[in-house]
Amino acid sequence: MKAAAIVGVGQTAFVRGYEGSIRELAFDAYKEAMLDAGLKAKDIDASIICSAPEYDKQRTPAGTIAEYLGLNPKPTFYVETVCSSSSSGLRVAYSLVKAGLHKTVLVLGFQKMSEISSADSQERMGRGSDVMWEAPFGTMMPAYYAMHARAHFHRYGTTEEDLALIRMKAATYGMINKKAVYQKGVTLEQVLSADVVASPLKRFDCCANADGASCLIVAHKDVAKSLSKKPVWILGVGAATAPVTMSGRESLTGLACARAAAKEAYTMAGIKPKDVDVAEVHDCFTIAEMMAYEDLGFAKPGKGKELIRAKETYIDGKIPVNVDGGLLSKGHPIGATGGSQIRTVVMQLRGEAGEMQVKDPEIGLIHNIGGVGVYGNVTILGV
Amino acid sequence: MGFERFGTVSFTSQTKAAPFVDLLDKGIVAGTKCKGCGASYFPPRPDCSKCFSSNMEWTEVSGNGKLMSYSKLIYAPTGFEADLPYSIALVEFPNNLKVFGRLSKEMKDEEITIGMDLKIEVVKLPNDRVTYQFKKA
Repeated sequence: MKAAAIVGVGQTAFVRGYEGSIRELAFDAYKEAMLDAGLKAKDIDASIICSAPEYDKQRTPAGTIAEYLGLNPKPTFYVETVCSSSSSGLRVAYSLVKAGLHKTVLVLGFQKMSEISSADSQERMGRGSDVMWEAPFGTMMPAYYAMHARAHFHRYGTTEEDLALIRMKAATYGMINKKAVYQKGVTLEQVLSADVVASPLKRFDCCANADGASCLIVAHKDVAKSLSKKPVWILGVGAATAPVTMSGRESLTGLACARAAAKEAYTMAGIKPKDVDVAEVHDCFTIAEMMAYEDLGFAKPGKGKELIRAKETYIDGKIPVNVDGGLLSKGHPIGATGGSQIRTVVMQLRGEAGEMQVKDPEIGLIHNIGGVGVYGNVTILGV
Repeated sequence: MGFERFGTVSFTSQTKAAPFVDLLDKGIVAGTKCKGCGASYFPPRPDCSKCFSSNMEWTEVSGNGKLMSYSKLIYAPTGFEADLPYSIALVEFPNNLKVFGRLSKEMKDEEITIGMDLKIEVVKLPNDRVTYQFKKA
């Protein structure tokens, strides 16, 4: 069911400290997508602005960014699901276009994390967990995902080295992605001997904060072909939630919201996991990619380690995953990440991925998770 | 209301579940149970999402729980640095009741294993604050 397609994509380099304001950061990604689609501001019927709040001082950023992008007087609004904000933005854009309310909708994800300290950044993330019942103990993303790693090790015999292999894959492709914040290689030795952040996760098991923006332009099927030589069709969208509190979870060896979102997306697209030719998954931490292999059905529960040990998730493997460096090497500017993952898959399907190109992919999948598996968003694209 | 006394750092002071802290002062860690349909909640909540009742009773978390998982933090978010290193954990008590909290610092790394039996205990903190943690059963 090809109701809408992505006809333009753009992304800034993800950097440690962007030397400009959030509106200028947003503009950089916007310009690239608009030139990609050959559109002018007046051609955009609506925009959706996505980011995590409290990293910069602009309250209600949608209005300010829409103004700077030249999108007045068309409608705009803010969509937020923390780390999956721009995937949620895409879901809404698809819905608006499919419903016939607009012919073109722009999704702009951004995050400027460098204006606050690293500890304050973690404090914000800690308050992304339940502020009444869990944040008072001093929680943060690495620690929550670390609990998942320990549970996975205990139940399935996954090891720290298995997680390190995932980091090494990320570095392999980060080295050839000019837009990645971390473009160096890493050795197994380096990854295994790094400082512990929250046991058993160490420094290289964690993605880096970064500043960045991404932009996607969604078009109705009636205009998609005239706007793009190779429109990339949105075949399936799935979304689900799990309790924010760990005490509401059934198990810590996978993310239930990812499984539910994937099931909805696969059903809508009419495909199975084995039909996916290239994937972008939410590797905020190495363990997150390991769980994604299993939650998406690329491997049975507990068998994710076999995929990475056999290098099946490299470019020439059975199921290439995060062959743009993933969040681990690209960096994770929260609101921009979903759009970046989607852009990578769009470029793969168009055959425009250069050195990172997977051979002839027809179906791509994006798995983008908000918080510690609070918001699951899975998008399936095809040409 | 008193709820701002809970935990190392508090972010909320207004809640109808504030009696939780009064019970902590008495050495009791409690969840709530719906008098309408019997649903049990931890963390405690004044509203039942199953039957919409707001008629709840406080029920003590008692007995032993099993350690589901944990992590020892070497870095902390702003405001918690003085506690480092500390471990957060998820513990499963009978009837599928799960409780999130910290492990007692008296527990040595070598003696922490997934599945071990733990008890819950109230802890008084400086500046009239109060919290709870898990210790070896």
